[in-house]
Amino acid sequence: MRTNRFVPYLFLLPAVAILALGLLVPLYNAVMLSFYDWSFGQAWSARRFLGFDNFVRLVTDPGVWASVRTTFVFGFWVVTLEMLIGVGLALLLEKAVRGASFIRTVFVMPLMIAPVVVGLIWRYMLDARSGVVNYYLGQIGEAIPFLQNLGFAPQVWLADPTLAMVSIVVSDVWQWTPFVFMIVLAGLQGLPGDVIEASYIDGANWWRMIWHIKLPMMRNILLIALLMRVIDVFRALEVIFIMTGGGPGRSTRVLSLHLFQTAYTSLDLGYAATIALLLSVILIVFSVVLLVLSNPLKEKADF
Amino acid sequence: MAGTLDHAVHGGHRRRVPWGEISRYAAMIVLALITLAPIFVMFATSLKTPVEIQSRIPRWIFMPTLSNYEAIVTQYRFVPYLISSAVIGLGSTAITLLTAGMAAFALARMRFPGRGLIAHTTLVIRMIPPAVLAVTVIGFWIAWGIGDLVPGWLYTLPQGLGRGKLLDGSQLGLMLFYTALNLPFSIWLLFGFIRQIPVELEEAAIVDGANLLQVLFRVIFPLMGAGFAVSAIFTFRIAWNEFILALMLTNRFTKTLPVFAQEFMRDEGVLWGQLMAVGTLIVIPPMLLTFFAAKQIIQGVSAGAVKG
Repeated sequence: MRTNRFVPYLFLLPAVAILALGLLVPLYNAVMLSFYDWSFGQAWSARRFLGFDNFVRLVTDPGVWASVRTTFVFGFWVVTLEMLIGVGLALLLEKAVRGASFIRTVFVMPLMIAPVVVGLIWRYMLDARSGVVNYYLGQIGEAIPFLQNLGFAPQVWLADPTLAMVSIVVSDVWQWTPFVFMIVLAGLQGLPGDVIEASYIDGANWWRMIWHIKLPMMRNILLIALLMRVIDVFRALEVIFIMTGGGPGRSTRVLSLHLFQTAYTSLDLGYAATIALLLSVILIVFSVVLLVLSNPLKEKADF
Repeated sequence: MAGTLDHAVHGGHRRRVPWGEISRYAAMIVLALITLAPIFVMFATSLKTPVEIQSRIPRWIFMPTLSNYEAIVTQYRFVPYLISSAVIGLGSTAITLLTAGMAAFALARMRFPGRGLIAHTTLVIRMIPPAVLAVTVIGFWIAWGIGDLVPGWLYTLPQGLGRGKLLDGSQLGLMLFYTALNLPFSIWLLFGFIRQIPVELEEAAIVDGANLLQVLFRVIFPLMGAGFAVSAIFTFRIAWNEFILALMLTNRFTKTLPVFAQEFMRDEGVLWGQLMAVGTLIVIPPMLLTFFAAKQIIQGVSAGAVKG
């Protein structure tokens, strides 16, 4: 389309201005603040220049590395479980049966619910004294005493470091498995039918079919689903904030929660900005990898 | 075709137990229960009295009471915060659709220097989390009084809805961040939709004497209902549900509902009844969206991975 050469920029201006103010200015702030000591509530003129001290502190801060480790532990379990369950369910429910569209609608719900609400629901259900989970675990344990050894008894879910981690993993799996399910299901339905039919005729059984034909053809989609979950693990903190606040101790304090608490509880904005920078770099690297795997612009236009 | 293949593979001579069928239905029932039970627990709890909530034995049959809902409306500022949430949610959705639509039009239909750079930059910074935005702007927000830049008296809530501002700087700020967080996704989603519209339509309109703005608003936008729906759902979802930015940037007049809900968790104990009532009300709009637009939501979720 032939136009004045300034016209495209006029169409882009509102979006670019909002992106610049809303995403680039905060990133610029993170870089700038990371060189200062500045506390929440202080006047800007009260800041103190530190040079690279915040970065030295970041690298040597056991609290940060503990939270990175916690993020990895949390991320390993949620991503593994969500991928296994999500892919398994998609393969199981791929074939259209009656009620399938209803279950897909139901499955959308956890994705739409506010993280704060997810956190409070699970905190309530896992309450040690009056929570439903403990009540039914206790009932099952009393009915079948053998199962008590397997943990079918009331537990202090959110007050024990290991069980608190189990609790936040469970809530995340509940909320995000549908996401993997939907992506994989859409991928399965997009597989070319003739290849599937040809392998049926070649005598491939159900298991070979999945393992040697469907999953390899979906490799890219599976990788993208995996990567998007990993990215969200690094972004998420609201559910954990509501359920455990990072505790007990520091057992569930993931990196993004550590970032938030450094600013909101310790009021240490300069150092928080340094942690924010670390988190941003991690997420930008992941975004670039995601872009290499799946560039939404590439197949549609010459970028 | 599928029928004959099934026949060939499973050998139709012997009648076999349809394990596939059974396991599918069993899985669907278990899934529906697991997915819905927590939401139902919240709803049921919101209708209970404090004594019933504290009881060690969960009751599924009880006399429902609306006292928790009454309390959040009459004793707390639920209504002003609902209005604040709605203004922010709908405002950022409207701004996102308009600006993303314009940007997607330019990227899809025009050639100009910097096109690739702008497109790729948006995609690289799209995963920056709200927590990063919150901690890097909050200091300036407070120190420079940015939240008070828009005079509140211009937009004071009508009497009877509680004292508060209908729109002030903190709400504009939140709209800015929610729009920015959603623009990358919306731009490239709408970009894909515009690419599917035949360019001849636009050329015909231009021959008829329309300018580019008219082409965009009269020709393109009316054809993009589906794209706008997906984009609107995802923008509203973020703006309505987001907690960290809202917690840090709003003041006592402009809180959003997630921030309001969280305040019932106190050091001296959690007011579960009121908390669950607010939680139930928060999830109603997303639930309605789920019922009416599950297809669009699934499309949006899988767009990122599958259409690529």
